[in-house]
This record gives sequence, structure tokens and C-alpha cells, in this order.
Amino acid sequence: MSPILFWILTILMLSFGASVVINRNPVASALSLVASFLCLASLFVGLDAFFIGVIQVLVYAGAVMVLFLFIIMLLDLKAENRRHFNKGALAGGALVTVGFVSQFLRVLESFKAGSKPFPALGAARIEDVRSVGNALFTDFTLPFQVVGVLVLVATIGVIVLSRRELK
Amino acid sequence: MTPLTLNHYLLASGLLFSIGFAGVLLRRNIITIFMCLELMLNAANLSLVSFSRFHVGPDGLPNYNAQVLVFFIITVAAAEVAVGLAIIVALYRARQTTHVEDIRSLRF
Repeated sequence: MSPILFWILTILMLSFGASVVINRNPVASALSLVASFLCLASLFVGLDAFFIGVIQVLVYAGAVMVLFLFIIMLLDLKAENRRHFNKGALAGGALVTVGFVSQFLRVLESFKAGSKPFPALGAARIEDVRSVGNALFTDFTLPFQVVGVLVLVATIGVIVLSRRELK
Repeated sequence: MTPLTLNHYLLASGLLFSIGFAGVLLRRNIITIFMCLELMLNAANLSLVSFSRFHVGPDGLPNYNAQVLVFFIITVAAAEVAVGLAIIVALYRARQTTHVEDIRSLRF
């Protein structure tokens, strides 16, 4: 991936991510989140992870965000009116975030192994759907089945939760 | 322009994570907090995929174990969103609010 493309996509992804936090209207937040996920999917494609990029667009930018928008419109949320802010909580949250970012930058600075460029791929062609599927059905069979059970439990749980009367 | 290194991607991933982290700490709307959680999960995915591309195996292919982990994270996150939004809807039916500061008691 060319560096210019990487920087454009990263800046777009981060600014849409920031607009998720800044926007007061939940619908605008959700749409910025979709844009941020699309930029992230193109970063995945730039890292030769085509399957993960497609999954990102289908599952996140598609299914999950439709669910979010559906719930926002179902609950009929209006843009948040300006409440009196809890100054202490705001300052505390900003302080914790700044501390986290500075620690993270220091760790990244001392991580010398990561300052090498990406090695070239030796293979003639990348068949990543085949490779991921192969790993999924040989080395990771048990986790795959556990995830299947988890999805089933989540489905039943959602049906129980969304019944009218909780007993 | 210098070639891209692993640290560039880790920087992007870390900054995305901190944006989500700041959103969880600063916002008071429960749905926005939930969206910021998704941002944090995706930041972890970005660092996993870049590590996968960084470790090219002897067959000349990226290390696909990390991508399988990303696949699992995406599946679990989708299930989590479904359950979380169902809980938010149940909460809204009981309390008519999505503002976390209005929800203070443990039982109601």
C-alpha cells in the first residue's frame, strides 16, 4: 500500500471516528461510524487481508450498523439537548485519555522491532479465503463450534429480552 | 516518503482505540457509548491484521492465525451488539431514557 493512500485513509478513519464522539445527534454518529468502518476495511485490503476487509464491510458496515440505526429510529432519539456538564467527570475523562495516549506513544517509541518495513510476500497469489477457512476447520475447530453455540445463545437471549413482559 | 512500517499501523490502531476510549469516558448517551465500544474492538482488529501481514511465514504468506482471531472477534462483536441493543431497548421501555446519568439504581 502506498504511504500516501495509507495516510489519507488513516486520517479519514480517525476524523470520522472523532466525529462519532463529537456529534450530538445519534444518527450522525452512526453514519460517521459506517464511514470510519469503510476506511478501516480499505486499510485491511491494503494489508492483503481481502477476506477480512469484505467481512468488515458486510458484517460491520452492513448488518451491525443497520441494527444500530434501526434501534436509534425505533427509540426515536432526538439530538441530545445541552445538559449541564459534570465538570469533574469531563476533566477526569480527558485526563485519563491523555495519560493513555502518552503512555501508548512511549511504548510505541521503544518498540524497535516494529520500525522495519513490511516484508514482501513470497507467494505468487494470495488465496486468503482458502487459508483462513483451512485454519478455521483444522486448528480452530473447537473455538469455531464454541462461537456457533455463542451465536445461538445470543439469539435466544435477544428473543427472551425483547419480549414485552419480563417475568 | 519513507516506506510504511508496522509502527505506522500500530499508531493508527492506538489512536482509533483512544478515540473510542475517550468516547466511552466522556459521552453520556448509552447508544453512543456502545458505538465507541465498537470503535475500540475495530482498533484491536487493525493491529491484529497488521501483525498478521508483518509475520510472513516460510511459504511466503501472511500468518493467518491472526486473521482467524479477527474473524472470531467480528462474530462475537456482532452477537454482543445484538444482545446489548436488546438490553438498551428493554431499559428504554422501563425508563424512557438512554442517558446513563438517569440510570442510577441497580433494581427497579
